[in-house]
Amino acid sequence: MTVSATPAIELAGLTRTYGERLALDGVSLALPAGATLALLGPNGAGKSTLLRVLATLLRPHAGRVRVLGRDLPRDGWAVRGRIGLLGHDPLLYRDLTARENLRFHAQLHRVGGDRVDALLDAVGMAARADEPVRTLSRGMVQRVAVCRAVLHDPELLLLDEPGSHLDPAAAALVEPLIGRASGRTRVVVRHDPAGALAEADLVLGLRGGRVVLTAAGGRLDPAALAALYG
Amino acid sequence: MSTVGALLAKDLRAELRAKQSLPAMALFAIATFVVFHFGLDRARLDGDLAAGVLWVTLLLAALLGINRLFVAELEEGGFDGFLLAPVDRTAMLVAKATALFLYLAGLELVAVPAFALLLDPGLGRALPELLWLLLLADVGIAVVGTLVAALTVQGRARELLVPLLALPLLLPLLIAAARGTAPLLEAGGGSLPLRWPAVLGLYDMVFGLLSYAVFDFLLED
Repeated sequence: MTVSATPAIELAGLTRTYGERLALDGVSLALPAGATLALLGPNGAGKSTLLRVLATLLRPHAGRVRVLGRDLPRDGWAVRGRIGLLGHDPLLYRDLTARENLRFHAQLHRVGGDRVDALLDAVGMAARADEPVRTLSRGMVQRVAVCRAVLHDPELLLLDEPGSHLDPAAAALVEPLIGRASGRTRVVVRHDPAGALAEADLVLGLRGGRVVLTAAGGRLDPAALAALYG
Repeated sequence: MSTVGALLAKDLRAELRAKQSLPAMALFAIATFVVFHFGLDRARLDGDLAAGVLWVTLLLAALLGINRLFVAELEEGGFDGFLLAPVDRTAMLVAKATALFLYLAGLELVAVPAFALLLDPGLGRALPELLWLLLLADVGIAVVGTLVAALTVQGRARELLVPLLALPLLLPLLIAAARGTAPLLEAGGGSLPLRWPAVLGLYDMVFGLLSYAVFDFLLED
């Protein structure tokens, strides 16, 4: 994994509200290309909102957002297709098969069908690829969702609890696609601080939409961590 | 066009598998004609009454399809998946309107023979000209229906909002379609006044352009 000095993500005073509620309040950070940022924080801290802003799905209400060298939301069109999002929702149609879903997304991203077959094989889903998604277990759906997120070989991966529903064997299968070894810039929402420290170059703790904890280099102040979840 | 094709193929495949829209629309239309058959208690309908029964039934059946048009995109993350892709957002408008148009055509394949069977409006002579009216009206219903479905899909009261918004917008279309159909279904058999297909064509064009202009904004956060 190579970390570049060029920032893949630059945020300055990012603010986002839902009606009266402040979901993100002046979030600032710079993440070099190729690095991994782990987001920590209690439920409702703004982690998923931050991912959706970075994914161009939500507009920032104030502050500056620069992703892959382009300003959002103005240049959102230029970075769509360079971002892979793996959120709580797998973004798969339940009545279509795994292969049909991936072929559909491949068409949207102008990716060949052979990439679909290769990815299904890589995550051990080739044998179940022609069954409707509604009949698959949650772990299998997550594996297909991983394929969808990396189908177009994105430079930036936005991952919300990517290991959820995956057993150790399945987690090992998806690791080359979405783990550090993938070489992509990654923003990962985690709920285990130890895991976040182990895989991240930078750890950001959010609480009430504000950055209350920043850590780098594998060290995390236990008192700050306690305050984050306290 | 490949994006439109991908979206349309996905929608049609899902409909063929889940059968969530078209069967409901067709069954509703047949049930309504049965109700009219017994409620009006006439051996046959003609003229204005026959035209009104046909078009009001088709319009109400269309509302069922409009209601469900974007449900999978909302409930299964289709909007996010689409918005993450580097594609023209208008492709979704074209694909959804085309899907709705095909559902309406499918509905009419069942509903028009059922109308002929249950209410005996003497369709045989009128059929070629009626097909033109159905085609023009279906384009308008598909475009306006797609616009209304996109406007209301995020709302909690979607089932209420769709008819409240769609019916007033579709009223000019209903008037033109019914007035155009009425002479065709007269007992003696009349001809289609050209001004009503012209009104339908103009309606299709105006709402097509309006939908094209605003659809991107409906998908925005």
